[in-house]
Amino acid sequence: MADSTTTLLGASAVREALAEHPAVKALGDSIIDAKFDRGELTLTVAREDIVAALKAVQAAGYNAFQDMTAVDWYPSAPRFQLSYHIQSHSLKELLRLRTLVDENDASVESITSIWPGANYYEREVFDLFGIRFENHPNLRRIMMPDEWVGHPLRKDYPVEGYR
Amino acid sequence: MAGFDVGTPILEAPIAEGSKDQHMVLNMGPQHPSTHGVLRLVLEIDGEIVVRLYPEIGYLHTGIEKTCEAKFYQQVVPLTDRVDYLGPMANNLCYCLAVEKLLELEIPDKAQWIRVLLTELTRINSHLIWLGTHAMDIGALTVFLYTFREREEILRIFEMVAGQRMMTSYFRIGGLSMEPPLGMFERIRAFISTFPEKIDEYSNLLTGNPIFVNRLKDIGHLSKEDAIALAVTGPVARASGIDFDLRRDMPYSSYEKFQFDVPVSDRCDVWARYIVRMEEMRQSVRIINQALDGMPEGHFKADAPKIVLPDREVMKTQMEALIHHFKIVTEGFAVPAGEVYQQVESGHGSMGYYVVSDGTAKPYRVHMRYPGFASLQALETMCKGRLLADVVAVIGSIDIVLGEIDR
Repeated sequence: MADSTTTLLGASAVREALAEHPAVKALGDSIIDAKFDRGELTLTVAREDIVAALKAVQAAGYNAFQDMTAVDWYPSAPRFQLSYHIQSHSLKELLRLRTLVDENDASVESITSIWPGANYYEREVFDLFGIRFENHPNLRRIMMPDEWVGHPLRKDYPVEGYR
Repeated sequence: MAGFDVGTPILEAPIAEGSKDQHMVLNMGPQHPSTHGVLRLVLEIDGEIVVRLYPEIGYLHTGIEKTCEAKFYQQVVPLTDRVDYLGPMANNLCYCLAVEKLLELEIPDKAQWIRVLLTELTRINSHLIWLGTHAMDIGALTVFLYTFREREEILRIFEMVAGQRMMTSYFRIGGLSMEPPLGMFERIRAFISTFPEKIDEYSNLLTGNPIFVNRLKDIGHLSKEDAIALAVTGPVARASGIDFDLRRDMPYSSYEKFQFDVPVSDRCDVWARYIVRMEEMRQSVRIINQALDGMPEGHFKADAPKIVLPDREVMKTQMEALIHHFKIVTEGFAVPAGEVYQQVESGHGSMGYYVVSDGTAKPYRVHMRYPGFASLQALETMCKGRLLADVVAVIGSIDIVLGEIDR
């Protein structure tokens, strides 16, 4: 196993060094990019694979959904990065799964079918970033008023002054 | 989504036809005293039975995550105080650890131990407010006055340490903001030596009180599976039989050097959450005693002149230090690109800071995961089919702080 001082970049490097890691094993070829940095493992999967990937890591022991959020990489493309943080109570570890989403088709399959607790987190990302979640039971704004125009955490939304 | 309604939108899909003559929609909050801030609940009730419950949040949304992106890394520390305003040190700790992980900075033992010491005091502070307000919601007004007596002493210790009672900002990136004041350890020791008796005192008032017991036992049932599915953490999860505590299982800031037990209960109800939190306060006392006894010698901040502000004396006598001071204050310090997620066990559950850096002096993205946000989702599962009066007990039992939910 790699310790916190090693840095591994790229899917092949991670697959080679962490071949026995339960999450790497579970996801197999669906990993399109990977990173082991500062003691944290980040696996990137394609947008279409995210639900299947989360189901696979859930079966591999990552039982508790911890957090989910987005990062706006404006103006580069694909614009949005979604980061899912999944905790394992038995392995005592945290795993980060990432997927990249394009601005023109900013929608992802909702993971509330796996962890209903992702409900509020997806609503928050929808509200503040404008990414849609397909098959979400109640995709409404959660922080901002319902009639609000714009998505405040996007990078082209100013911190102060007029929109 | 059978069994897992995370709040059904009542306003859009009102009462089903046919049941209209019995069911009614009741608005509770955002100014209701038992909602601990500005939580609004829309309830559909059949007589006194809760049929559906929908939490409306966002009344306290301040856009703190957006504000962070416009500040230097060190300027974010005071913002974190204001998120979970009842546990300031835990917020500071989580953010500082995240940035220190990005910088790969080594923190001296003394700073780490003082962080543990003060974070545990913060936990006691947070639990005391929970206990006082929870008991008050149930109708036991006396306990509030007792717990706030002890909380006042903790706030005085915070004032002595940081110069501020609530918004402490005492932990900084790289260590602490200043040397702990003379007499701090003695004062904490004096407080902590009498505190276990005070816990007994609360316990005497509540644990055997039949009114309190009957209002709490078998109320707000949340099974272990539901707790995991709904991302519930902390004392609420431990009261549902999930034996997981970040301090023990994924230690940070040298928690691995302390001995303490993690109270767990299988009762899954409001009573179990009460018992777990009461025991957590006793365990915090144990940790604080160990920290006081074994406090290592050393410096209170890391040796990283380009990141940590120099001591005042050095800054006024050495040119190098003056330049560093000027640079840090005016330009901040660049943090290597990358992303980290730091978890800390706060008084309410597992807190997480996701910090993304693009290599500049301002964070590219700061996301805060607070336990109350997830626990609120479990409210409908816990209240459904039970009495309206129990909703108040359940809200108290998840120890809700709207500052951390709305951010």
